[in-house]
Amino acid sequence: MTKQVKQLDRVIIRFAGDSGDGMQLTGDRFTQETATFGNDLSTLPNFPAEIRAPQGTLPGVSSFQVHFADHDILTPGDQPDVLVAMNPAALRANLGDLKKGGTVIVDSHDFTARNLTKAGYAENPLENDSLAEYDVQPVDLTGMTVEAVKEFGLSRKDAARAKNMFALGLLSWMYGRPTEPTITFLERRFAKAADIRDANVTAFKAGWNFGETTETFVVQYEIKPAPMRSGTYRNITGNLALAYGLIAGATQSGLPLFLGSYPITPASDILHELSKHKRFGVTTFQAEDEIAGIGAALGAAFAGSLGVTTTSGPGIALKSETIGLGVMMELPLLVIDVQRGGPSTGLPTKTEQADLLQAMFGRNGEAPVPIVAPQSPADCFDAALEAARIAITYRTPVMLLSDGYLANGSEPWAIPAVDELPTIDPSFATGPNHEVRDKDGNVTGEDFWPYLRDPETLARPWAVPGTAGLEHRIGGLEKGDGHGNISYDPANHDLMVRTRAAKVERIADTIPPLEVDDPGAETGDGARVLVLGWGSTYGPIGAAVRQVRDAGLRVAQAHLRHLNPFPKDLGDVLKRYDAVMVPEMNLGQLSMLLRAKYLVDVVGYNHVRGLPLRAAELAEAVTHLIESTSDAVDTDIETEEVVR
Amino acid sequence: MSTTELPFPGLRGVPTNDEPQNRKEYTSDQEVRWCPGCGDYAVLAAVQGFLPELGLKRENIVFVSGIGCSSRFPYYLDTYGMHSIHGRAPAIATGLATAREDLSVWVVTGDGDALSIGGNHLIHALRRNVNLKILLFNNRIYGLTKGQYSPTSELGKVTKSTPMGSLDNPFNPVSLALGAEGTFVARTIDSDRKHLTSVLSAAAAHRGTALVEIYQNCPIFNDGAFDAIKDNQTRSDAIIPLVHGEQIRFGAELQYGVVRDKDTGSVFAVEVADVDESDLLVHDAHANDPTTAFALSRLTDAGVLHRAPIGIFRQVQHPTYDDLAREQVRTARGGDGLESREALAGLLGSGDTWTVA
Ligand SMILES: Cc1ncc(C[n+]2csc(CCOP(=O)(O)OP(=O)(O)O)c2C)c(N)n1
Ligand code: SF4
Ligand SMILES: [Mg+2]
Repeated sequence: MTKQVKQLDRVIIRFAGDSGDGMQLTGDRFTQETATFGNDLSTLPNFPAEIRAPQGTLPGVSSFQVHFADHDILTPGDQPDVLVAMNPAALRANLGDLKKGGTVIVDSHDFTARNLTKAGYAENPLENDSLAEYDVQPVDLTGMTVEAVKEFGLSRKDAARAKNMFALGLLSWMYGRPTEPTITFLERRFAKAADIRDANVTAFKAGWNFGETTETFVVQYEIKPAPMRSGTYRNITGNLALAYGLIAGATQSGLPLFLGSYPITPASDILHELSKHKRFGVTTFQAEDEIAGIGAALGAAFAGSLGVTTTSGPGIALKSETIGLGVMMELPLLVIDVQRGGPSTGLPTKTEQADLLQAMFGRNGEAPVPIVAPQSPADCFDAALEAARIAITYRTPVMLLSDGYLANGSEPWAIPAVDELPTIDPSFATGPNHEVRDKDGNVTGEDFWPYLRDPETLARPWAVPGTAGLEHRIGGLEKGDGHGNISYDPANHDLMVRTRAAKVERIADTIPPLEVDDPGAETGDGARVLVLGWGSTYGPIGAAVRQVRDAGLRVAQAHLRHLNPFPKDLGDVLKRYDAVMVPEMNLGQLSMLLRAKYLVDVVGYNHVRGLPLRAAELAEAVTHLIESTSDAVDTDIETEEVVR
Repeated sequence: MSTTELPFPGLRGVPTNDEPQNRKEYTSDQEVRWCPGCGDYAVLAAVQGFLPELGLKRENIVFVSGIGCSSRFPYYLDTYGMHSIHGRAPAIATGLATAREDLSVWVVTGDGDALSIGGNHLIHALRRNVNLKILLFNNRIYGLTKGQYSPTSELGKVTKSTPMGSLDNPFNPVSLALGAEGTFVARTIDSDRKHLTSVLSAAAAHRGTALVEIYQNCPIFNDGAFDAIKDNQTRSDAIIPLVHGEQIRFGAELQYGVVRDKDTGSVFAVEVADVDESDLLVHDAHANDPTTAFALSRLTDAGVLHRAPIGIFRQVQHPTYDDLAREQVRTARGGDGLESREALAGLLGSGDTWTVA
């Protein structure tokens, strides 16, 4: 039969099923096909917290959302256009997010009385009009899969497990995705089990053919490749990009990398990934707890390695004391916090940005730590390199704040040319740095002072064991300025506290001015409202800003890579605008820092739902702020003050 | 692997120094600040005297400590050193030792530091058999915080924090270390310079984690805790000397020995006259099975100390974590012969890629 082809500029698909249904794999494959095809894309996996929640229940639902387009996009999308639901629970758990009029493809086979009850449906929604607002396509995915693969003699259960590939095949047909990458992938993945391999490939092809031949689906959609800068691309998740960035940090500084870590969601994949790359001189140490993980990393840093520890919020709580020790000993150390919902165990598989103040202040004493944050999955690579640069150059622990969304979400990444990556000079101390004088001031020799600082960066020398003549002792007790011996002198302590703070502030000398995207500014037609964010809210903020501009309003956007210290011009930027909105997935942590430092009464936009911010809602809030700001300005100068 | 290939190459990979060295070179310019009469002085003197004998490059020796009176130790040695945080020295030293084969890494810790706050790190260091020498200064009290009971204090100990007596059973550090299958576990005494030095030398020569419990007197907060084994009148009855290959005998006339209870496998002290001499236990520190070493450790009084075995309980060679970790890295590096940036380019460009013209 002839099929129609319809052009679309973008589509959001969500695959949802039981955690045993292979939805992450399905989503991943669809993403790879889409990447290879050349669309821009952004993904959002969503896992249940339990590894094996009871089958068919709402807590057991796992999903994967992919947004792809013929133009550049910034988020995995607020509301799916298409929902693929492998069972009633998946339908029930996800339907609420679907766009009105959206397409629902369900495995009708799984809509049995038992499964309906488990999902909490009193009636079969496919048989009443509760789904009337949607375009519902019930397909017997399981039945057709079992039929298609029967020649391989698998048990019914094993045969049915290939239904995710049938679904993938069908969706691949609908959106004109290339099929070879998935076939190659399946052949490799199941190379050792011929029957399973063949069943999966056959189910995948059967799904495609079903789309091609059936009358149920008459429309095939076409989403043209997005124009991208020339280069070689791959699709990459934040955790993978972060692991690569750490390896690049080691390679670019010529240091061996030592990772001390304790498994925790959603950071564990960085440990897994780095463990595979010992070839780069990477040592990975799975410690007995988070404290030992950072301790070993700090020990390795003393020994001259690039010490790294990876964790999530609860792990940071345990590492605080050792971070303080690193601050005192002034050794390079990377502390990676892949934030998740908190407090306590919180929402382990969900995203949040509520560790900013913990990163900033979660230690005893005045213990400043530089903080950097990536803004998108691929940006984790650059953020890791930047964190390494700061740690090594300034001899300090550095916090990198990723989050669950960045960790598992993915996007196309223009693979950088290695010879264009910055290099980092560890400049180890090799000899004495101080003259010894007798009481008349005559030089009688030279020695090594571990706390004599570089006048520009205020960094102290990094003298590693094995260097003759530089033997010295460091530790957590207060150091005397310069010589570094224990000192309880009040004036010295005051000096050292201020010096450690000043050292971190000096980093701002090497931070570029904040890039503000304010299209009208150059022509004197700038926005009056700025939206300022940090971390993974970059995507939703960018998407919201576009929506606002599309509606004809002016709004400026800026995003912080460095949260401590801030870029030097941040205060000026803030004061240029009548109102500043700060969207965060917390209750206003960056807002608090900005208000405290710049006395600017920024407007918070805060959601802590464990999910990325929704661009459309944010756009509404921004619009509202723009409107109220201009009202205030237009009508009454005094209220402008109030608004600000 | 045979246990007869002793001594073990504990210092393999650490550069040596042909020039003779002396105590002064190992003494830092920092004023020692322990209380007068503190047992820590004697241990420091022994270590400063024995390190030069190792003939290592001084810059390749690192002392890492936790927090406590004893943990001030690194400041007084002119080697590389780190006075870290409470309980964490074994973890920090694990990273240091794994990162660098060419370092001789020592940990100095106290009974509170190692067994309370740092108990987890201690047992895991032992379990992994990292090439570290841990000196556990056991004064059976918290010295630095001014006299609270510690995890080695005897039950019923009256201290500032336990005016009616402590309620929790003490650890026996040697039993604990053997339970964690420590490959080198020994006990010695601050005031017995000769024995202390011999145990430290054996520890230095051991490849793997060496745990040396040092009975250390704190004259300020727990004076006399080890009097029974120090007092000339009582010491020969109190110390059960463990010497590899020798019958375990003690007492002024060597009138006591140790035999095994054939029913339970545990060991106990007897008058030699009461048993068949062939039943007396001969100490085998090299036995791979730690069971007998553990049984011997139980001869230590848990309460006020009247009797304790002293010497090397166990000394066996097992692969070490750090050697194996470095071996994995070496193996992985050996493969492709690429320069690291070329290899990085390969890694970044791996997986499914596509090119936009
Ligand atoms: C995190 C932390 N908790 C508590 C302390 C206080 N503190 C310092 S040393 C110590 C106990 C030391 O006892 P021990 O290890 O036996 O060493 P000693 O002083 O007896 O040599 C305590 C509780 C600390 N420094 N850090
Ligand atoms: S308090 Fe005890 S252990 Fe501490 S220095 Fe004084 S005597 Fe030594
Ligand atoms: Mg003590």
